[in-house]
Amino acid sequence: MNRRLIRRVASNAMVGLMIVAVILAVLPLLFILLNLVAKGASSLSWDFFTKMPAPPGESGGGVANAIVGTLIIIGAASLIGIPVGVGAGIYCAEYPGSRLTWLTRFVADVLNGTPSIVVGVFAWTWIVAQQKHFSALAGSVALAMLMIPMVMRTTEEMIKLVPNSLREAALALGYPRWRTSLAVVVRTTMPGIVTGTLLAVARIAGETAPLLFTALGSQYLSFKVNQPMAALPLTVFTYATGPYEEWHRYAWAAALVLIFVVFLLGIGARLAIGRSQISNG
Amino acid sequence: MTMATSAAPSQRSPGRPKISASLQGVAYGDHAFKLVLTIAALLIPILLGFLLLELWQGSRLAMSRFGLDFIRTSVWDPVAEQFGAFPLVFGTLLSSLLALLIAVPLSLGVAIYLTEFAPKFLRQPVAFTIGLLAAIPSVVYGLWGIFVLIPLLRKTAFPLLRSALGFLPFFQGPIYGPSMLAASVILAIMVMPYIMSVSREVLLAVPNSQREAALALGATRWEAVITAVLPYARSGVIGAIILGLGRALGETMAVTMLIGNRHEIAASLFAPGYTMAAVIANEFSEAATDMHFSALTYVAFVLFVLTVAVNAGARLLIWRVARGSAVGSKAL
Repeated sequence: MNRRLIRRVASNAMVGLMIVAVILAVLPLLFILLNLVAKGASSLSWDFFTKMPAPPGESGGGVANAIVGTLIIIGAASLIGIPVGVGAGIYCAEYPGSRLTWLTRFVADVLNGTPSIVVGVFAWTWIVAQQKHFSALAGSVALAMLMIPMVMRTTEEMIKLVPNSLREAALALGYPRWRTSLAVVVRTTMPGIVTGTLLAVARIAGETAPLLFTALGSQYLSFKVNQPMAALPLTVFTYATGPYEEWHRYAWAAALVLIFVVFLLGIGARLAIGRSQISNG
Repeated sequence: MTMATSAAPSQRSPGRPKISASLQGVAYGDHAFKLVLTIAALLIPILLGFLLLELWQGSRLAMSRFGLDFIRTSVWDPVAEQFGAFPLVFGTLLSSLLALLIAVPLSLGVAIYLTEFAPKFLRQPVAFTIGLLAAIPSVVYGLWGIFVLIPLLRKTAFPLLRSALGFLPFFQGPIYGPSMLAASVILAIMVMPYIMSVSREVLLAVPNSQREAALALGATRWEAVITAVLPYARSGVIGAIILGLGRALGETMAVTMLIGNRHEIAASLFAPGYTMAAVIANEFSEAATDMHFSALTYVAFVLFVLTVAVNAGARLLIWRVARGSAVGSKAL
């Protein structure tokens, strides 16, 4: 009797501890988001989005160059990464037996676990060291490399969900294989592929480490991908570790903008997949 | 080779020239399609090959000069071109293991609660919320760590630890802000969502009959978890933890901003340290000599090998459970 009571109390105590764990796990997120809004929102102004950075120590200015730079770097990374990732994903799903599929999957898993800073070093030795100057393009290549395995795996998983009967129906109607793949299989899974791609873009949007010695950062507005370029994550890093009070406030504001962009991409991804569930009935 | 199979049945009737002509076009389209896809798929292994080659070539200078002593010696002096990465390797391993020490109980607690105990309406939202932690960029964690977490730890947790556990060498000495312990705490927060979501998936894959059998024998719900569910999912959960370890080892920005960046091994966790990723982030764009670049690339190479080994181990373990064989967990 007593023993049973102890066991029941122990069981309930463990559940209590687990609830504490849940609270402890959710707390940092709330804390971070609240701090970001509390410390960053007050520095957001029209100037912040439209002006260039002020010289160190002076007040005023904005991060327009970093916002433009981030958009360019991420755009270029997507241009490289998405076609390769989606293409490789379709290959792995459509030719599941081939040895290349096995190899590509394995290598994608290896790349997925590779620290982003290592990819940054690779982009430096491969591009920056050859060209003898820093360039935004090297940063984009590094980000694309981080993106490819993510896009590839989601594309593959999504295409695998397409029932074979759909494929057979298209082939029976006399569609060649490539048209079956593109017009029937890929098209049905489009929302899923878009979701995976957006999530990958969201993940690389905040990456800082691969840009440190490729895009480097810059004080000026630049549209040349062959030159150093500013980026929001780099701005957050430089300003947060810098000595000026004003910089710290700007770091919070830039971080808030960055988080906003990342979450927006995440929400876009959710919406895309939500659509697909509706269209699948 | 196999790709022509779809068109093959009609090709067997070569008696009709019209169709075969149009089929020729079909075959060209198919070949072109496969070629494009093959190039995309081939690019990924080629990129990895390039990565290995570049890291190898970049670090050859340091490799030939220091050999394996590189990871056994502790002097890091760019001016004298003397490089030993032992404090970096040590710092990387220590910060990651400390992070796991904090993150594992928390994330397993959450994962078990969400799969076994939580009311249905709570499960999805809580898992989603904690998953959001994984979406926050590393540099934002670093910013938050510098301005919120470190002041908080300095005021509360660190003095408390020192007064309670000060007899241990790990909790002695002056309290700096940036320290090994602060970096470990931020790492713990960062890897928690990964460990939680993977172990949650593993626990969801445990068949209900396991739970029912334990409950039928009179176990409480907690006893059912500890005696029937966890042993079944063991190798998968260990895989989830190792996957978290892989993440922690390569984490760069937040650690760089919080660990204090000092090339030393200190007994005290309140003292600053350094990690492999952090030294690359700090010194690479300022390196002046070829040997310095080479040493940093060597560090990147060691880090790459380490994370690949850790991740491969994790995948293997998860794969065993995901295939539904509980045999794998027995072997551990």
